Formats: sequence, structure tokens, C-alpha cells
Amino acid sequence: MSTATKTAAAAVPTSAAAAHAAADLAKYSRIGLWIGFAILLVAPFIGLYPVFMMTALCFAIFAVAFNLLLGFTGLLSFGHAAFLGAAAYVTGWLVRSAHLSPELGVLAGTVVAGLCGLVIGLIAIRRQGIYFAMVTLAMAQMIYFLFLQAPFTGGEDGLQGVPRGKLFGLLPLADDRVMYYVVLAVFVAVFLFVIRIVHSPYGQVLKAIRENEPRAVSLGYDVDRYKLLAFVLSTALAGLAGSMKTLVVGFATLTDAHWSLSGEVVLMTLLGGMGTFAGPVIGAFTIIGLQNFLADQVGSWINVIIGAIFVVCVVAFRRGFVGELIAWQKRRKSR
Amino acid sequence: MDIFGIPIQAFMGQLMLGLVNGSFYAMLSLGLAVIFGLLGIVNFAHGALYMIGAYVAWIGMEKFGINYWFSLLLAPLIVGAIGVVIERTLLKHLYKIDPIYGLLLTFGLALIAEGVFRDQFGVSGQSYAVPDALAGATNLGFMVLPNYRAWVVFASLAVCLGTWFTIERTRLGAYLRAGTENPALVQAFGINVPVMVMLTYGAGAGLAALAGVLAAPVIQITPLMGSNLIIVVFAVVVIGGMGSILGSILTGLVLGLVEGLTKVFYPEASSIVVFVIMAIVLMIRPAGLFGKEK
Repeated sequence: MSTATKTAAAAVPTSAAAAHAAADLAKYSRIGLWIGFAILLVAPFIGLYPVFMMTALCFAIFAVAFNLLLGFTGLLSFGHAAFLGAAAYVTGWLVRSAHLSPELGVLAGTVVAGLCGLVIGLIAIRRQGIYFAMVTLAMAQMIYFLFLQAPFTGGEDGLQGVPRGKLFGLLPLADDRVMYYVVLAVFVAVFLFVIRIVHSPYGQVLKAIRENEPRAVSLGYDVDRYKLLAFVLSTALAGLAGSMKTLVVGFATLTDAHWSLSGEVVLMTLLGGMGTFAGPVIGAFTIIGLQNFLADQVGSWINVIIGAIFVVCVVAFRRGFVGELIAWQKRRKSR
Repeated sequence: MDIFGIPIQAFMGQLMLGLVNGSFYAMLSLGLAVIFGLLGIVNFAHGALYMIGAYVAWIGMEKFGINYWFSLLLAPLIVGAIGVVIERTLLKHLYKIDPIYGLLLTFGLALIAEGVFRDQFGVSGQSYAVPDALAGATNLGFMVLPNYRAWVVFASLAVCLGTWFTIERTRLGAYLRAGTENPALVQAFGINVPVMVMLTYGAGAGLAALAGVLAAPVIQITPLMGSNLIIVVFAVVVIGGMGSILGSILTGLVLGLVEGLTKVFYPEASSIVVFVIMAIVLMIRPAGLFGKEK
């Protein structure tokens, strides 16, 4: 993983030319980010279907949260859908049946997802590498079965008809445009938060763990605690994505907690470029866009296409869109 | 006669079902362990290969009138050949990189296989008739034992022990174990390691397909049957640890029995009991019951 996850921030300049290239790269990525932000800002006015944009943004939050773990800590969780699903159900139930305000519902969903993350994280960090993936997958499947049987989730039907309500008793979220900007604000906050984390001393330790865990241990870091905190942060943010998604679409179903969604978020991150900031966002928009666009045209072949993208990504495109772009830029500069 | 207030007939029936499930866990976790040992890849597609095995038997019966016994031979060969192709075209690119990519690639393959079978056969289950020779049941006095279930347990135990014997007691197995420890050195002794790796993956795939054919008459054949099972098998593998072959066979059987018992006494928990046991084992013995600490 270490080779495929070089970011602009992680690139260590070794000479003046390299420093120059890194500065160039930082400039280009800043420009790219501003263009992306500008598009998102005007999206409702240029005819982009609002519910699609909001769903995609929620999955972008999900992928960004997931990337904190896979891209910056080197932990592959194969059960992240369980946390998104848990928060989706909690928010849905609290807002619909307990008539809580949307902001409290979202907060509760996020906290519950983080607590689930704490429990499962404590179990999963007992194993490293590929076993970590298997343990998280199995624990997530357990949560899935609990939701399948629990009385408040509505079983196979899910929780339907969750109202959006008014944010802080003021903003009418039923209006798609208002809802869109709230989702966008949450997305930007999460995006900046993750950048902040990665660039903090704590984030540097996470990267050290990713690159060489035994060395991080021998430097005296309590690796398990760092990993656990990263896991809890990532799962809580995944929960935030699930809570927002429930408000946007108005329902929470078993699909939200299914292992296939856990696989999709891996694909979003991998396709966009893991260990890059913008990668998961681009990946999420690509996959959600593909699903929306292809659903009418190919029906059940969508899973085959998703699977094929997976295979191609792993065999030939491990850096993802943004990773390839960065690598291309570096090659161009070094010539 | 009752056991803890449960009629002994029902009790033994569930226990037998548990043992049948346990046999499948054992066969699949064995294949996973062998593939992981030599290739360093956690084969998510193992469930899909098992599913394809069951479908090969069903299609053979429906379209070509191929009987059960011939399917037992044919399905592992076909799926084994598919496995060889997968290894040669895709997996061989992954041996030098992080093992998580192997999991992701085989996950993609599983999605492809499931999607194709879903498109062809729908999501509703197909059923496969029990072969005539094994139809009916034997009255053992304390329980009525369906012959086919007894056969499944017997056949998979025989296959598991045969695999154990091959790996632990034959020359071929010695090469295999040596290849797991140090492929470069084995290669230097003149053994064609890439071919060995290819055949190992093919054999693992064939083993999964064989489990699929054995399962076909006792379950509903659906495109998703594999992935739902493989997640439980992952938990079984984590519980047992991938260190020992007899260990994974034993773990599979015992967990099947435990699941059967849970169905008797607390049916709501039967789908999660394996995961709960996994969590407990991880807290007490992270390397698994038969695993080696690394």
C-alpha cells in the first residue's frame, strides 16, 4: 500500500527541483479543489438533480471518512456500511417515531455510530492486515443480522417516511435547495476536518503506522490507541454520512448496512485514489453517478460492472484518478 | 424423552443440521487456508465458486440430465479450471503487493459471478432433488436420520481428511508446505512454483465447488448463497486461525454444531452466534485457537 498512497502532502522533497515540483502540485491541487467547490456551490442552479447531488455528497462524506482509515492509516475496514446503517436507523427512528429535531437526530446517529466503532474497533485492532478486514466484515454482518431482527428497524421494509423537519427550528429542510446547502456545508466541514487531522501531529503518527507499524511501535507510540481513535473517528463520520442520507432520501433500509455497500465504499476510495483528499469524493460521484445512470439501462448487470471496475482498478489502476494525476504531474516535472 | 424440555427428535435433528453446516464450514475454511498459505490471498470469491459448483450441478441435471454422482466429479473440474484461469490471468499480478488487493480483486470477481447468475437465474431459489440412492431416512431408534445428511457429513469429512493427508503426509504436500514457508528456496531446488501455485488455487476452487454440489440438495440454490456463507466462514477462519489444517476442520465442525444448538435453545441468536464467538476468541486469544502468534 505504501507505494500507491503518496499524496501531495506526503511527498517528501529531496532536492530543490523536487520542492519546486511539490509546490507546483500543491498549487494545481488547490486550483482543482476550488473549481470543484465552485461547481458544488452552483450545482442547484445549473440543473443538476438535487436529490442525486445530495446522495452523492453523503456518499462522498462516507468515502472521505473511510479514506481516513484506509488511505491514511492503512487499515482496510470491510464493514463500514454497518456504521452508516446504524446511524441511518438511529436518526430515522428518532426523527420519525420520537419526533426529535433533525440536528439532534443527526448528532445521535453520529454518536451511536462512533460508539459501535469503539466496540468493534476494540475487537478488530487485535488483528492486523488482512485479518482486520475479515474481522470488521464479520462484525458488520453481525450488526446487519441484528438490524434484520430488531423490532424498530422495520425488518425487510426498513424505516419509511422519515420527515426532514426544520434545522434548529428555523431552516425548512423540506425545501431541496435548503437541504442541499446543509448537506454541502456538512460535507465541506468533514472534508476540511479530515485534512486538518491528517496534517496534525496525530495524523503524522497515523501515516507512520501505515508505512511501518513495527517501527512506530519501536519509536514508543501506543499504536493500538492511535488506530482505535482513527477507527472511531472514521466510523463516527461514516455515521454522519448515514444520518444525512436518511434525512435526504427519507428512509433507512437494510441496504444501508449490507456488505455490498461496504465493498462499494472501498471501490469509491480506490477508484478516486486512496490516500488523496479529493480522490474519495471523485470516486463517490463516479460510482453513484454510474449507478444512477446505468440503473435504467442495464438492470441487474450493474453489479457485474461494479465488479469489473473493481478488478480493473486492482490489476491496473491502483493509484486511482487523483493518484494517477499526481504521478503524471510528477513525471512531467522530473523530465 | 426430552433434553432440557426439547423433544429429542427435534434436538438431534437440529444437531445433525448443525453438523451438515459445519461440514461446509470445514471444507470452505480448509480451501481458504490452503490458498492463503501459498498465495497470500484471502479468497473472497470462494463463496462464489461454491455457488457456481451448486449451479453447475443444477444446470447439468436440468439441461443435460447429468446425474448427481457425475456432477460430484464434473463441477470441481469445471470450477477448478475457472480457478486456474483466474490465477493465470489476474491473481498472479498481485503476489508482490499488499494482500488487501487480493481480497479486493476476488471481491470484484464475486460481484461479477453473482451478477451474471442473478441475471440468468433470478434471485429466487432453485431446488435440486436428493439422488435416489440417498433418498429416505434411517431410524436409529433415538432419531430418524435422513440418509443424505449422513452422506454429506461423511463425504466432507472424507474429503477434509484426504486433503489433510495429502498436505501433511505426501511428497506433494511437503513441496506445498515448503512453498508456503519459502517459495524462492523451493524454486531453487527445481520445483516449478508458479505451476504449483496455479494448481493450488485450482484445487481450492474445486474444493469449494465440491462443497457446492454436496450442498445443492439440502439448500436453496441462489446466486447469493456463497457470499452469505463466506462471511461466516471468514469468522470461522479467524476463530480457528489459519495455522493448522486439522484445526480448521475441527473449528468448522464445532461451530456448525454450536450454531445448531443455538437454533434449538435461542433461535434468534443463531445467525450471530459465530460472530459473537469470534469476538470472544479475539479478546482472549487474538491469533485464533489453532493459530501461531506472529
